[in-house]
Amino acid sequence: MSFDDIKLLLTNKFGESVITGEEYTGMQPALLIDPDRIAEVCLELRDNPKTYFDFLSCLTGIDYGIDSGRFGVVYNLSSIPYHLQLTLKVSKENNRNEEELPSFPSVTSVYRTADWHEREAFDLVGIFFEGHPDLRRILLPDDWEGYPLRKDYKTAEYYKGIKID
Amino acid sequence: MTPDLTNESGGVVVTKMNDLMNWARLSSLWPLSFGIACCAIEMMGALVSTYDLDRFGVFPRPSARQADVIIIAGTVTFKMAERIKRLYEQMPEPKYVISMGSCSNCGGPYWQHGYHVVKGVDRVIPVDVYVQGCPPRPEALIGAILELQKKIEQEQLIG
Repeated sequence: MSFDDIKLLLTNKFGESVITGEEYTGMQPALLIDPDRIAEVCLELRDNPKTYFDFLSCLTGIDYGIDSGRFGVVYNLSSIPYHLQLTLKVSKENNRNEEELPSFPSVTSVYRTADWHEREAFDLVGIFFEGHPDLRRILLPDDWEGYPLRKDYKTAEYYKGIKID
Repeated sequence: MTPDLTNESGGVVVTKMNDLMNWARLSSLWPLSFGIACCAIEMMGALVSTYDLDRFGVFPRPSARQADVIIIAGTVTFKMAERIKRLYEQMPEPKYVISMGSCSNCGGPYWQHGYHVVKGVDRVIPVDVYVQGCPPRPEALIGAILELQKKIEQEQLIG
């Protein structure tokens, strides 16, 4: 199944509005998906007998920078039976206020492996995943303040009395 | 040993109590079996057959309460720093610290942009011997043990 076939399959199932754009500049073409429907799209791609994207190779949280004010998530799907790869991207604008994290639907109900991936994106980039069963920090200590891989992150001076820099 | 052997020629050794205790202590430096990152691989290499640190009486112990020395072999993150401090506090006196490798000496490759790395384990616990290298070779760690033995030899525990 080609990239265009997958696109057609998704628009037939969910309508034109589900795909908000395409990117051809990366290592492989990517589909930009409506953030609110990413979990449904993943479920369809996983269960459809023509695609069987049964493996989430990677999930990445991205801070697109202070100027653009966008946060995104990239999903790298693999179909083991058909040897296919597919990249999905979602992104949203956010005011970078740590009280209102950018929020995307969790795909843990579709891919169990997304559990820890989403926790990592939450821990380091500060992306909230609605419907995640256990969204807490995974690498940093529980009482860490801030999200270190954000572009505007400022290293604190001390952590528990130990000087950082 | 049979009683005959111990009484052989009836020799007597005269020494100072302090020297005897120091000799005993430096000849059985038991490290905590504790490694954090890639330096721990070199530490393991130093402990097993090729380099065999056991010939210096260095024999890793699984409990902090049985350990004389803790070898900080690897990157000390802030999350791990608390654990290291706790392990160090659980060790009985007299206790020693060997900081193995650039990360635990000064932060190593994480000295800049390393928001999560303690820039030197000496910000958490006192260090007796630093071993440079990234990672140091087993010979370097053996060198550190020998340095520590020299330090212990000079100590005055009593009197």
